[in-house]
Amino acid sequence: MATMVTTKPVIKSGTGGKASGPNGNGSKRRNGREFLEPDPHANRYRIGMWVALASIGMLFTALSSAYVVRAGAGGDWVDIRMPRVLLLSTALILVSSVTLEVSKRNLKASSLVGHSRWLMLTMLLGLAFLGSQLLAWKQLAQQGIYLASNPHSSFFYLLTATHAVHLGGGLLALIFVWTRSRFSTALKVSPRRQAATDAVAIYWHFMDALWIYLFLLLFLWR
Amino acid sequence: MSDVSHEGVHRHPAPTGFIRKYIFSLDHKVIGIQYILLALAAVLVGMTMSLLMRLKLSWPDHKFALLGTLFKAGAPDGVMNPEFYLSLVTMHGTIMVFFVLTTAPQGGFGNYFLPIQIGAEDMAFPTLNMMSFWVTFIGFVVILAAIFFSGAESTVGPIGGWTGYAPLSALGAIAGPGQGMGMNLWIISIAIFCVGSLLGALNFITTLLNMRTKGMSLMRMPLTCWAWFTTAVLALLSFPVLLGGGILLLLDRLAGTSFFIPGGLYVSGVLSGTNPNFPLHTGGSPILWQHLFWFFGHPEVYIAILPGMGATSHILATFARKPVFGYRAMVFAIFAIGLLGFFVWGHHMFISGMSPYSAIAFSVLTLSIGVPSAVKTFNWIGTLWGARIRFTTAMLFAIGFVSLFVSGGITGLILGQSSLDLAMHDTYIVPAHFHLVMGVASIFGMFAAIYFWFPKMFGRYLDERIGKIHFWVTFVGVYCIFVPMHVMGLVGMPRRYSQFTEYGFLNKLHPLVLFVSISAIITITVQLLFYFNLVWSLFKGAKAPDNAWEATTLEWSTSTPPPHDNFAGVLPTVYHGPYEFAVPGAPNDFVMQTDAEVEVSSNGHNGHH
Repeated sequence: MATMVTTKPVIKSGTGGKASGPNGNGSKRRNGREFLEPDPHANRYRIGMWVALASIGMLFTALSSAYVVRAGAGGDWVDIRMPRVLLLSTALILVSSVTLEVSKRNLKASSLVGHSRWLMLTMLLGLAFLGSQLLAWKQLAQQGIYLASNPHSSFFYLLTATHAVHLGGGLLALIFVWTRSRFSTALKVSPRRQAATDAVAIYWHFMDALWIYLFLLLFLWR
Repeated sequence: MSDVSHEGVHRHPAPTGFIRKYIFSLDHKVIGIQYILLALAAVLVGMTMSLLMRLKLSWPDHKFALLGTLFKAGAPDGVMNPEFYLSLVTMHGTIMVFFVLTTAPQGGFGNYFLPIQIGAEDMAFPTLNMMSFWVTFIGFVVILAAIFFSGAESTVGPIGGWTGYAPLSALGAIAGPGQGMGMNLWIISIAIFCVGSLLGALNFITTLLNMRTKGMSLMRMPLTCWAWFTTAVLALLSFPVLLGGGILLLLDRLAGTSFFIPGGLYVSGVLSGTNPNFPLHTGGSPILWQHLFWFFGHPEVYIAILPGMGATSHILATFARKPVFGYRAMVFAIFAIGLLGFFVWGHHMFISGMSPYSAIAFSVLTLSIGVPSAVKTFNWIGTLWGARIRFTTAMLFAIGFVSLFVSGGITGLILGQSSLDLAMHDTYIVPAHFHLVMGVASIFGMFAAIYFWFPKMFGRYLDERIGKIHFWVTFVGVYCIFVPMHVMGLVGMPRRYSQFTEYGFLNKLHPLVLFVSISAIITITVQLLFYFNLVWSLFKGAKAPDNAWEATTLEWSTSTPPPHDNFAGVLPTVYHGPYEFAVPGAPNDFVMQTDAEVEVSSNGHNGHH
């Protein structure tokens, strides 16, 4: 309808939007100004991580809803007593998030030595967390409570194991970032590496928060 | 820093070795073709199974000598027994839904064309992309293994249907032939498939958000990209739920837990807890499995059909030589369908004993999907309205998609009402409905896509004469197959029965059953013509220019086949929306997205120029 042929060299087109001319790649254009990034696609690590976490979140949502439904069905639910060592686990993973943040700040300040040291501490805390979880399993097994003993223990083993597998993945990612920083000779940190480190940190904090959530679900819900 | 900025354009150099180039390739185009080949192989298996099912239904007592030799226990003397038939039902459904309808539209065409259409040189994470294909491939190998390891040649897999309903799926071999190792392999295959799909979805979403070229704003993306994006979001949020359910199911089977198995179960003459093959279970909820499965299962049907919708919009506009009618409405309709798809899973469970109040809620939500679906349908018709249509085979299949989407979708409005579904559940009207809409319509979307994009992928057109025979026989054939099934359903013919000889009230339907089977045999035969066309045209087809159809989007602005980094090192800049056809004053009847110099302004939102 509102079409016309102009003589001036205006470049305007229809389908899709008011913008005229090149109007920027969505992710780099915020508040109307162009971001000048040396690596135009460094952001993909952060975006990809959030997308991955959405899907991991859905996995645990599904398992949680199964937990809630199963707890309401059957009448064969027996609450297991919380292994005390889980409090230690919780403390360890909380502290590991803090040390990871310190390590990240070091990277931002281009202090690579500090970065890799705090990273190392974070990895050790992560390993200690996994060890502590294993201890909790042992304590339960000593009481004769196994995977198939009752629904609560089934979910306890399942949720802790699923979380541990995901945390293990985070640990591998930390090792990757650590080796890169330990053996790197570059003086300045590339935005790409910054982005990759950010992505791993986002994952780690998510695993931390996920554990707190699972802990509350398993022992405070009901 | 310099290495970083280079990295944006040539992230990985073109490989030279055969293995890196064609097998473990990081190139999204090669991976896309791998997915398509996987689907082309899987669909042959699935189609053969449907053929066997039709043979059994039409000639229940006939002795098929070959089957008798292959499956001594499942088809003694060549007469398939009911369990064998049920395993065909299960494996046909599983292979078609997962390894055809999910892999070809999204993993295949999406992988190949999404990066090109948004002007990216590859996916955001090429290594993940490669892993996503090979993980899916392993999933396919495992599901094929279920055919051969289901025990004593008695079945070709588990017998519980593609929905794997608990508790029978959770019990193990005691639940029947194929329910032992066959079911284990089935669950493992699906779990592997979930992981592969998740890797793919992660890549699609990140690529689309982060890798668009200069000028490619969201509202300038082709509708195909919107469809693949929405599909990826659906896959991202629904497959983890199936994965979670699969883990619980496997634990019930292998670790003795009771997530889905209720207490006091009496199966195959054995009471739970009285036999080492059937350990004690208490308190589990079979309905819980249905919830988890269908929370995935319903989005899954949109995962199958949304890419077909995208391809249809794209192709209709190209051959109608008109802009897509109501581009924005189309985008929002895709989103609305995807979003609503997450809140309607209960309509698969109306007879599970759910509260009538929940049933009403699920009903209302289900029927509301009719609104965005109608928006899409009317916009497709609006796109065709008054157009000088170029009736290529791709166009015919796209129009066929619209036809099948309407015919198959309309019964969704009937089945979506709980009061009607109570009567029609598990009758033939259900397979009639979903085969037309999610099965055949999606496949038509893919046929349209392959006829449309083959010239870009391989530099030659698919043969149009064979294509048109293929279209017309398939189009008439699928209606002949599935329309009579609606009638059977209304008469009360139940699904999943291997033969109806013992049910007097169904005897009169036998000629109809026969008619369906003959239609199916003809339709399946014509698909071989399609396979022939693929191979023949690959070598002998008419040569295609770079812009094979005078189309507008970015894949047509690069050479054929596209170079390793898609645009030979120079990423395109986009100046226009995706469907600028018949723009008054423009030198051609189409304005490509990369045409900078065109001195034209139009509103482009309708076709009335």
